[in-house]
Amino acid sequence: MAKKATREAYGEALRDLADKYDFVVLDADLAAATKTGTFKKAHPERFFDTGIAEGNMMSVAAGIATTGKVVFASSFAMFAAGRAFEQIRNSVGYPHLNVKIGATHAGITVGEDGATHQCLEDVGLMRSIPGMVVLSPADSIESKACVEFAINHNGPVYLRFSRMAVEDVFDEATYKFELGKGNLLKDGKDVTIMSTGIMAGFALQTAELLKNQGINARVISMASIKPIDEDIIVKAAKETGAIVTVEDHSIIGGLGTAVAEVLAEKSPAVLRRIGTQDTFGRSGKPADLFKYFKMTPEDIQEACMDAIKNK
Amino acid sequence: MHNKELEIKAYNIRKNALTAVYSAASGHPGGSLSIADLMAVLYFDELNIDPADPDMEDRDRFVLSKGHCSPALYGTLAERGYFPIDDLKRFRQVDSNLQGHPEMKHISGVDMTTGSLGLGVSAACGMALSGKIYKKNYRVYAVLGDGEIEEGQVWEAAMYAAHYKLDNLCIFVDSNGLQIDGPTADVMNSDPIDKKYEAFGWHVIKIDGHNYDEIKAALAEAKTIKGKPTAVVMKTVKGKGVSYMENQVSWHGSAPNEEQYNQAIAELDAHIAQLGR
Ligand SMILES: Cc1ncc(C[n+]2csc(CCOP(=O)(O)OP(=O)(O)O)c2C)c(N)n1
Ligand SMILES: [Mg+2]
Repeated sequence: MAKKATREAYGEALRDLADKYDFVVLDADLAAATKTGTFKKAHPERFFDTGIAEGNMMSVAAGIATTGKVVFASSFAMFAAGRAFEQIRNSVGYPHLNVKIGATHAGITVGEDGATHQCLEDVGLMRSIPGMVVLSPADSIESKACVEFAINHNGPVYLRFSRMAVEDVFDEATYKFELGKGNLLKDGKDVTIMSTGIMAGFALQTAELLKNQGINARVISMASIKPIDEDIIVKAAKETGAIVTVEDHSIIGGLGTAVAEVLAEKSPAVLRRIGTQDTFGRSGKPADLFKYFKMTPEDIQEACMDAIKNK
Repeated sequence: MHNKELEIKAYNIRKNALTAVYSAASGHPGGSLSIADLMAVLYFDELNIDPADPDMEDRDRFVLSKGHCSPALYGTLAERGYFPIDDLKRFRQVDSNLQGHPEMKHISGVDMTTGSLGLGVSAACGMALSGKIYKKNYRVYAVLGDGEIEEGQVWEAAMYAAHYKLDNLCIFVDSNGLQIDGPTADVMNSDPIDKKYEAFGWHVIKIDGHNYDEIKAALAEAKTIKGKPTAVVMKTVKGKGVSYMENQVSWHGSAPNEEQYNQAIAELDAHIAQLGR
């Protein structure tokens, strides 16, 4: 199957939805990489570069939104959620404005650019802002659906996209995005692998590895990190007794933390978290980095075995 | 060092930078090539440094605020003997120290971790202020991009350096006219750079960033200026020295293929042969 990066799907969705909806797009000198350039090419009159000035871009976006317009503001996750955190918090979040933050190049799958560009904290940062919706789509199909959802949603939305190309896990004909709902990719009873973003592929591969060991894993993809699907987490805890979260993000503040919060308050179960472990990223090819940070399907498999053993 | 010798160094730095980017199949050649002449003068003629003692307390400091041009910095440090030139072939690999952007903890000769634009110049201000507080004689140099100066923080630092009269600080703005999404004039015009720094209270010198006499004269002049920091606005050609890269925005952050790499090295070798005559 052909592979596509979720950032590509983001640019295409902006382009394809431009006739149906009224919105403008801002970028901070990274249109070529975030793929808002795809939109710019088709609709140059609705695209505005702010130059390398992410803080300014976020507050400008807020200003545009006060006039009743929907606005997308894009940069790498590092410079959107990271550099412009306080602008997002105070100019966008607090007044609950209709700014849609299209953050690309999230996580270690940025690859060679290294630690300064690999944002492993953005989900934690964005999740902590009251009223912010945080979405981390698994593939190109879900990405497009998330963009359309964001346009129609009243309030700020943080969209997390990746640089690395991945295979689709959803079927375009049947897929429907629902805010606050996880997606069951494979049912199972022994352990639940819960992934977010482009890690869904690894989650499914891990389920295959486990099958060879006679273990029947449930696989759930969580695009909606905030609000989070408490029901699907509680059900997984009760029915499988063990959950392994998988994310291209730090285990501190991300999906693993969000799931831990639900389990601790609603239905304790054994939890293991795959992601970066309180460390910065580094340069390398994504495949090498997955090994380095122990995030491969084999590593997830091991975490599943450990979780099952400790039920 | 004579201009001719420095120019040969600069062409070797360019070769090193391209070898790094080609080996990694990723990295930023354009802005690395535009600062190679400056890097040669700084590291072979100007800076008080010792590759055998990279953490020497009173050394001059260098901050590559436009950190994506790490190939130029690493290429220079290797040429100056901080680490083997062969290490450049492992640039950006998972088992290498040579991170995609400058990293000070594990790379000999790197004074400040950079890569997120706009942060480095503030760190340079801190180094300069500390030099003032502790009455040290070292000088601090930083290189910024003409796209980078669109960051608001750059102007916070500009106000700061003038306020604290950091005359031990000298920055170079690489005015190559290009950033990622196109010409700086189209994306977010940062001109006039000289007038902005003047208005912020800096001493400003305008030079051709590929002219050795002018680079040397600017460095000498900056040292005579008391009570204010110096900004050298240097006009350069992005991709300088490789014919097909010059003034091409597409070479900001893409790596040459094998054929392109071989052509680039051949062109740079031809320049070196010419100078050696
Ligand atoms: C804060 C931040 N925003 C965005 C980027 C991505 N980025 C890397 S290089 C670059 C363009 C830099 O242009 P310029 O400063 O003119 O550099 P040069 O032309 O010398 O290569 C951008 C936007 C970054 N590294 N840091
Ligand atoms: Mg430039």
